[in-house]
Amino acid sequence: MMKATYYPGCSLEGVARDYADSIKCVCALMDVELQEIPDWNCCGATAAHSINRRASIELPRRNLRLARTLGNPDMLVPCPLCFNRLKTAVHDLELRNPCSEPPQGLEFPKIWDLAAFFATDEKLEKIASRVQKRLEGLSVVSYYGCMASRPPYITGAPDYENPLSLDKIVKTLGATPIDWPYKTDCCGASLIVSMPGAGLKMVEKLLDMARRFGAEAVVVSCQMCQGNLDMYQDRIEADTGKHYGLPIIYFTELIGLAWRLAEAGGWLSRHFIDPVPLLLRKGLMAGRG
Amino acid sequence: MAEEARLVGSSYGAENAEMVRQPVLSPDFDFLYKVEASGPFNASHCFQCRKCTNGCPVSFAMDIFPDRIIRLAILGQTAEVLNSRTIWICASCETCSTRCPNGVRIAELMDYFKELAVEAGIRPALPAVAVFYRTFLDNLKLTGRVFEAGLLPTYWVRSRQVVSMFKSGEMRKNVEQAVKLFMKKRLSALPGAVRGRGEIRSILRSSRPHGRSQ
Ligand code: SF4
Ligand code: SF4
Repeated sequence: MMKATYYPGCSLEGVARDYADSIKCVCALMDVELQEIPDWNCCGATAAHSINRRASIELPRRNLRLARTLGNPDMLVPCPLCFNRLKTAVHDLELRNPCSEPPQGLEFPKIWDLAAFFATDEKLEKIASRVQKRLEGLSVVSYYGCMASRPPYITGAPDYENPLSLDKIVKTLGATPIDWPYKTDCCGASLIVSMPGAGLKMVEKLLDMARRFGAEAVVVSCQMCQGNLDMYQDRIEADTGKHYGLPIIYFTELIGLAWRLAEAGGWLSRHFIDPVPLLLRKGLMAGRG
Repeated sequence: MAEEARLVGSSYGAENAEMVRQPVLSPDFDFLYKVEASGPFNASHCFQCRKCTNGCPVSFAMDIFPDRIIRLAILGQTAEVLNSRTIWICASCETCSTRCPNGVRIAELMDYFKELAVEAGIRPALPAVAVFYRTFLDNLKLTGRVFEAGLLPTYWVRSRQVVSMFKSGEMRKNVEQAVKLFMKKRLSALPGAVRGRGEIRSILRSSRPHGRSQ
């Protein structure tokens, strides 16, 4: 059993509870024990870095200090925005203390974007070894969004213009990853709330492209992307007269499906665009779990 | 547009020929020095290739394109920059900063300009965005984590959208969405509280928001 520090972030306690549940379940079966940072706080998100730069560094730094007390070498962060803000806080420290190595025992853990963590060769093998039902015949696009990749001097992502972590996982599960051009295009994030005209247009563009490339579903690792593409899809359909019906599925849910976990049905039932009809049609689900 | 082109010495479009003959403004580089001292933003490294703008997913909703924002900043045209819609509608997607061949931190500059605008008491060109960010940070002060069920209603009230949302039917759509989330157990009625929320509050109360952290 490997122990890893875990920073869920605020949305995984609420709106993205489906993501949170699937992560916990899949990690346990991957022999990864998640140790949540005690008393963690919000990373400040876009709001902090937009109008309060100091807070945008100080808020994640408190989490980093708390994370250190757990003493694990690795820290898993499912939300790409939290991941990005935590990495930025580390980067900020390094900028200001370029030479000083942290004293022994006081190093920060290695911060992982959850999808990248699952896409290492070792983890992919483990994922493959548990597959009960390969997701043959399911064609999906992987949608990474912005914050796990960009900017590379913060994220450390080697393949920031063409990330492959989700595609590798999809392939391991037996589904078909479609190569498409909008892997890392922005979903508009909170613009959907503050500037819905612009935000909805950005989501529409993504859905259009996914459909054009023949995707039957979109696989994501970001709960913000998931929310924007899933919760607002019917509204965009109503506004534009287009039809998408594209389920937006977390990669951890997809793993659960290929592993035939009974819990997977419960996670999927919390989506707005119901993935179950598609999965039943493809013979990839036994029925509602 | 024509006014802007005159100021920046833009080379786009037909106005170019006329522009060349015009006495171009004398640049005020004090603003650039201030910007660079608050960085590292590398604004002065910009050579106007427009790669930032070409990859920007929100350029369709901007009044001044990102490359021009950088140019205006270099020339000390603070009012144009700080009053622009662009700095507020920027989605912080980091495409520009990632792709700039000269390492200009365009996205980070957009944030810096927002802070400067707030500091200078300039009315944001897109008040809704500013109100959303402020509401979000105030929301954090309550418990140290986002209280989702409280965030949007507070934002609607503060951005004075409640009445117009009722009229346009937006409110119904939003309430339906919230009910759905609640039924799906994705919305908590109560916020989860952080024990160290005093600490969070003092971080957020910082009197100099964009002062470099210590
Ligand atoms: S990409 Fe960089 S160098 Fe090119 S216009 Fe934008 S800021 Fe200037
Ligand atoms: S960070 Fe802002 S300016 Fe830069 S590409 Fe994204 S939306 Fe455009």
